[in-house]
Amino acid sequence: MTDVAEDLETRLLLDAIFHQYHYDFRGYSMASVKRRLKQAKEHFECRSISELQHRVLHEPAVLPELLSYLTIQVSDLFRDPAYFLALRESVIPHLRTYPSLKVWVAGCSAGEELYSLVILFREEGLEDRTMFYGTDINPRALERAEAGVYDLESIPRFTENHRKAGGKSSLSDYYTAAYGSAVLDKSLRRRTVFSDHSLVTDAVFAEMHLISCRNVLIYFDQDLQNRAIGLFSDSLIRKGFLGLGSKESLRFSKRAGDFSEFARDERIYQKQRAT
Amino acid sequence: MDFNLLMQAPPPATPIEAVVIGVSAGAVDALSTILPSLPPDYPIPVIVVVHLPADRKSILAQLFQAKCQVDVHEIDDKEQLKKGTVYFAPPDYHVLVEDDKRVSLSSEELVHYSRPAIDVLFESAADVFGPALAAVVLTGASADGAKGLAAVHAAGGICLVQDPIQANSRTMPEAALKACPTAEALTLEQIAKRLLEIALKQ
Repeated sequence: MTDVAEDLETRLLLDAIFHQYHYDFRGYSMASVKRRLKQAKEHFECRSISELQHRVLHEPAVLPELLSYLTIQVSDLFRDPAYFLALRESVIPHLRTYPSLKVWVAGCSAGEELYSLVILFREEGLEDRTMFYGTDINPRALERAEAGVYDLESIPRFTENHRKAGGKSSLSDYYTAAYGSAVLDKSLRRRTVFSDHSLVTDAVFAEMHLISCRNVLIYFDQDLQNRAIGLFSDSLIRKGFLGLGSKESLRFSKRAGDFSEFARDERIYQKQRAT
Repeated sequence: MDFNLLMQAPPPATPIEAVVIGVSAGAVDALSTILPSLPPDYPIPVIVVVHLPADRKSILAQLFQAKCQVDVHEIDDKEQLKKGTVYFAPPDYHVLVEDDKRVSLSSEELVHYSRPAIDVLFESAADVFGPALAAVVLTGASADGAKGLAAVHAAGGICLVQDPIQANSRTMPEAALKACPTAEALTLEQIAKRLLEIALKQ
């Protein structure tokens, strides 16, 4: 059965991180947190979670690295092409009717999803009237997102994804290869703003037309998911769109009534109720 | 009453609350012997991890729904586990079990070159269910599941492995038996029977 002492140590560590550094992981899905803390414990060569807690409290340099264990950073350009294809074919025609647009990628990690949207909007002729906001709690991830540098080895996969997402241009138009890396064209950052924002502790962001938050909610427990979805609902204009990960849904959320299903298989929702 | 006999009787078995199954190469054939035999009111949720390509939708749930008497579907994040249901891990996500018996998905790094990975499910299920878990490792060509099965064993759960001689690909069952020598090596038919027996004790 669950190791009671280790569960207690885990809760204490998360409390400590919150009180000292204001990063709140207390409402995260515990099964995954425990797994990642176990890896962190081995990495930092600590015998127990308590020892890890001692180090994170007394050695400030430990925190950034620990944050990278606690936040998952796996993404691709145009990950799940079907999602981007649905945005292109079904959502873009609606967005086209607005004179100016705001798009928010919540939990943007290293920026893959945000840049995918910028490329998509450029191909559809909407980039110039759109502001793209990318937010994350991990400063290292935000730095990587702003740099827009990815492993050259991922490019064939990104290219294939882009093609399947109905890409109208060649992905090679948007990056240059250098020293084993693919550096995204600086012009893609023209309309982007990256900033620190927490879905756990921060407030409504702004009047958004599209919020894309994919594979972030899976790391949250039910209460925190409810909070985040409430935040999305309150941040969207009426008839604005919310895109989730392919296995995430509003089915178990208290705020599900704010939305209607727009593209069911791609988990795209449209806000109905004015808040 | 013979008091000695009473003393020797095994302790009452913990009712099993979940069954987890890990399978890779040869999955459809192996599962076709096991899953269709579960009755519609099978009282235990069954979670199955099959190694799958990450970039394609899986048809396993549809395929087995047509063959099975129980409800079969692919997991959505934070779903509550229910009896009479077989859950398949979706491609490109790990599956973990939470303390409140809901399932969480995760995009954490690949384990044994795979997401979903059997070890990730087994370890988290062992953590939550302890002795109330039955774990099954079937045919496959990697070592995934071995570490997970050892965790299930350490937590007091029931460990079943497909007899490597019978397996389409013997690497995975062999690795599981090596990591967990007390696990029962059984034919697919015997495993199906054991899963029904486990349910009778509920």
